[in-house]
Amino acid sequence: MFTKLFIALQNATPVPKDIPLPLPLPEWLLVSILVISFLVHILFVNLMVGGSLLTLWSQIKGLKNKEYDVLAHEIAATITVNKSIAVVMGIAPLLSINVLYTIYFYSANALTGLMWIAVIPLVTVAFLLTYLHKYTWKLLENNKAVHISILAVAVVIFLFIPFIFLTNINLMLFPEKWALVKGFFSAMTLPNVFPRYFHFIFASLSITGLFLHWYMGRKNYPFETIFPSFTRYELKKKGYSLALVASVIQFLIGPLVLLTLPSKGLGWNLILIIFTGAAIALPAMWMMWKGIQGDESTIDKDFKKVLVLMTITVLFMGSGRQVYRSNALEKHRELVKLKTAEFQQIKKEAITKSKQAEAEANTAELSAADKGKAVFNQYCTACHKVDAKLVGPPVLEMAKIYKDNIADLQKWIKKPGKKRPDYPQMPGFESQLNQEQLDQLGEYILTIK
Amino acid sequence: MDFPMFHLDWLNNRMLIAIIAILHVIINHGLAVGFMPFVTWLEQRGVSRSGKDQITDMEWDAMVYKIMKVAFIITTTIGAMTGVGIWFSVALVSPASIGSLIRVFYWAWFTEWLVFVTEVVLIMIYFLTWKNSNTTLKAKLRHIKFGWYLSLFSWITMAIIVSILGFMMDPGNWETHKTLLNGFTNPIYLPQLFFRTPTAMLVAGIFGMFFITLFTKPGTSIRINAVKYASQWLLLWAPLSLIAAYMYYRAMPAAMVENMSTAVGSLSFSQYYNLLLYVAFAGAGLTLIIGVLGIYKTKWLRPGVVIIPVITAMAYLGFFERVREFIRKPYIISQYMYSNLLLKEDYAVYKQDGILKHATYTTVNKVTDENKIEAGKNVFIIACSRCHTAQGVNSIVSVFDRMYGAGGKPLDIASMAAYMPNMHNGRTFMPEFPGNEKEAEALASYIRYLQMTGDVLEGAQEEGVTINPNNSATTLINKNK
Repeated sequence: MFTKLFIALQNATPVPKDIPLPLPLPEWLLVSILVISFLVHILFVNLMVGGSLLTLWSQIKGLKNKEYDVLAHEIAATITVNKSIAVVMGIAPLLSINVLYTIYFYSANALTGLMWIAVIPLVTVAFLLTYLHKYTWKLLENNKAVHISILAVAVVIFLFIPFIFLTNINLMLFPEKWALVKGFFSAMTLPNVFPRYFHFIFASLSITGLFLHWYMGRKNYPFETIFPSFTRYELKKKGYSLALVASVIQFLIGPLVLLTLPSKGLGWNLILIIFTGAAIALPAMWMMWKGIQGDESTIDKDFKKVLVLMTITVLFMGSGRQVYRSNALEKHRELVKLKTAEFQQIKKEAITKSKQAEAEANTAELSAADKGKAVFNQYCTACHKVDAKLVGPPVLEMAKIYKDNIADLQKWIKKPGKKRPDYPQMPGFESQLNQEQLDQLGEYILTIK
Repeated sequence: MDFPMFHLDWLNNRMLIAIIAILHVIINHGLAVGFMPFVTWLEQRGVSRSGKDQITDMEWDAMVYKIMKVAFIITTTIGAMTGVGIWFSVALVSPASIGSLIRVFYWAWFTEWLVFVTEVVLIMIYFLTWKNSNTTLKAKLRHIKFGWYLSLFSWITMAIIVSILGFMMDPGNWETHKTLLNGFTNPIYLPQLFFRTPTAMLVAGIFGMFFITLFTKPGTSIRINAVKYASQWLLLWAPLSLIAAYMYYRAMPAAMVENMSTAVGSLSFSQYYNLLLYVAFAGAGLTLIIGVLGIYKTKWLRPGVVIIPVITAMAYLGFFERVREFIRKPYIISQYMYSNLLLKEDYAVYKQDGILKHATYTTVNKVTDENKIEAGKNVFIIACSRCHTAQGVNSIVSVFDRMYGAGGKPLDIASMAAYMPNMHNGRTFMPEFPGNEKEAEALASYIRYLQMTGDVLEGAQEEGVTINPNNSATTLINKNK
């Protein structure tokens, strides 16, 4: 029992062979495409998730203060646009991670399969609900409970979906865990999924705060005709406050994410990138703070600098993610390469061997009937036995029916008709057997004893 | 083989892909590729219908906007997500094939993505600026121009993806030159694109007519005029779709004869193949009739009537996809990878050593007298489970029961075991059995066991995986010391 368990643990890391086709691009280029396109994708996902959270909050507040209902309406209009961009921007990173980490990504997908495919109907429903919410604002004006519930359901779905992605992206890094996982929920409880989840949610809020600041301040946005009493300044300040508070919380969650990362992918390269990224966010946060503390004339002063600094932070964090992945999988990928090469060698030998065997069989002296027997074994034994019915009638019966009539027998084999109502239709062999084979086969069938 | 095997024992794995993919094709062809030019054309009609002092016929424009709104909502939710869903479901069911295709078609898909991003941006501009553009004639005409750009980009996305679909059926000379260009130059490409284009227009036209009858009041002049326009649209595209369907029908075997002569001869294929023309006639023919009715008996057309050709048009599309899927059997990538995801050239190894020995995930790696059923189960997962289930759709038990005409009587293990190694010669849509004789026998025992117990097969998403000690890190390292 114990030795068995020991062996099981020893053998806990699978090494599959890879797809024997070259990468379409140099690896560094694919990695760059992956990191950058993923960040663009996740930016719009952040805006979609953060935007719907903010809309929900604002609309609930709007029950008492009408002004917030207007705010909710304005943010809601952005969700459906951001969500479309989020989806279409997701294709490039999906494509790139598929081609770079084929074995790892697909294995994680399969092991969490039902939840993975559930992403499709769940997100579809959430999207339809956001449209329903957006286009029934007037219709459900006097039925706020129903109207808000529509959005609430969408928000619940939006809050759940990241778990599925994070579980997959986490599980793919640990082949040694694949044999231990039984379904989505057991994979979700692997360390690091939850801290990363909260890291994502607060990133969404932070980015949405900055988005609000920009959206409300746009020159061609007819702010004054939309909001009766809110001022641009008030909303910009709210946006900044949200971004700042969420960023401060990130400084608490970030270390937790780092601490719960399994040690196999950690390295000084990763620590350096993460800390640099975090350090760059500090001045941005200071500028936001100054903006909030100041007055209407100074709130826009450093906004562009904040955006630039935060973008750099995000680039560092995104690269850190990739560095961890590449550290964690480095050794295993070497083993896979070895395994793939080994199999190619085995294959080469097996092909040579089977060709030799074939050549030997072909040179052997055989009578026509013996050759016919080989044809029969290859093409007919699936359905015909010599002396009993299998799918079709026995060979002895054929020999009786076509006695001295090889031509009609061959005709039937090429293009069979249907004589027996209780037998399934026989497929034709015209395209598979040449005349020589047909002659040999006919000889065999008609001389059988 | 190299991936944990996701498996749906009731629905069937291929059915999962089929449901998502066919829904996507119907929305893509019917509400995007064909629909965008249809809507833009109707919007333009509105401008020509209006008087000199107006920008457009506002009532007409409101109706066209409304049908565009439906298309916008559906394409950006169900349409977009089923597109992603194809990726997700194929990754689950058929990881080795999609993994290989991406390595060859990365650039095609990347270009497709760029076009697709443009399409999404254009559809948002087109739909979201519709009302604002009704303020001046210049803005309106520019808006219509965006509609045509959108139509063009929708069509280009289809033109690119058809190359990949055509490639899977017939790789042309990909066997020797594994490059992107070969996907586009394969002989099925143009016939398929030529078929899909008018067919998308046709399906869109009938969808459009349905929305028109739904959103306008019977007997109003706007209804009569709109239905007449939609009818003209159908009368233009239905004959083209029929001609293209016939050409595609003719082009298929020519390509098949060269590349997979066996498929044409197979019984099940010829049944599908012959049905194809009837379905094409029913699908396109019925829309043609509706088109004629729309011109001469406009008032007859109500939502309840138009829904009938809507359904047949969807069936027409769905059926073509089914045939397309079928004719590439027994391969998933012609001449390269079988539908069981095993490479044709790897067969030499599996037949020599047995397939279980080389499987990454299996509970048993060698058949013995004691473990036959367990071994058979693993062989089934690797070699059969992409297309067959234990008890659900296309169940392996019912397939054998039907073939032997057993009527529920116990299946004979010896006959099944003898059948397996040769089945691909008689049933040419089946890949060759990839294992050795013992594995064939184990598989037969397992099938008999399934028949007797009614047991179902759970996939890796529920059962997890067991690693074959032959293929663990420890073994590999020890071997390469």
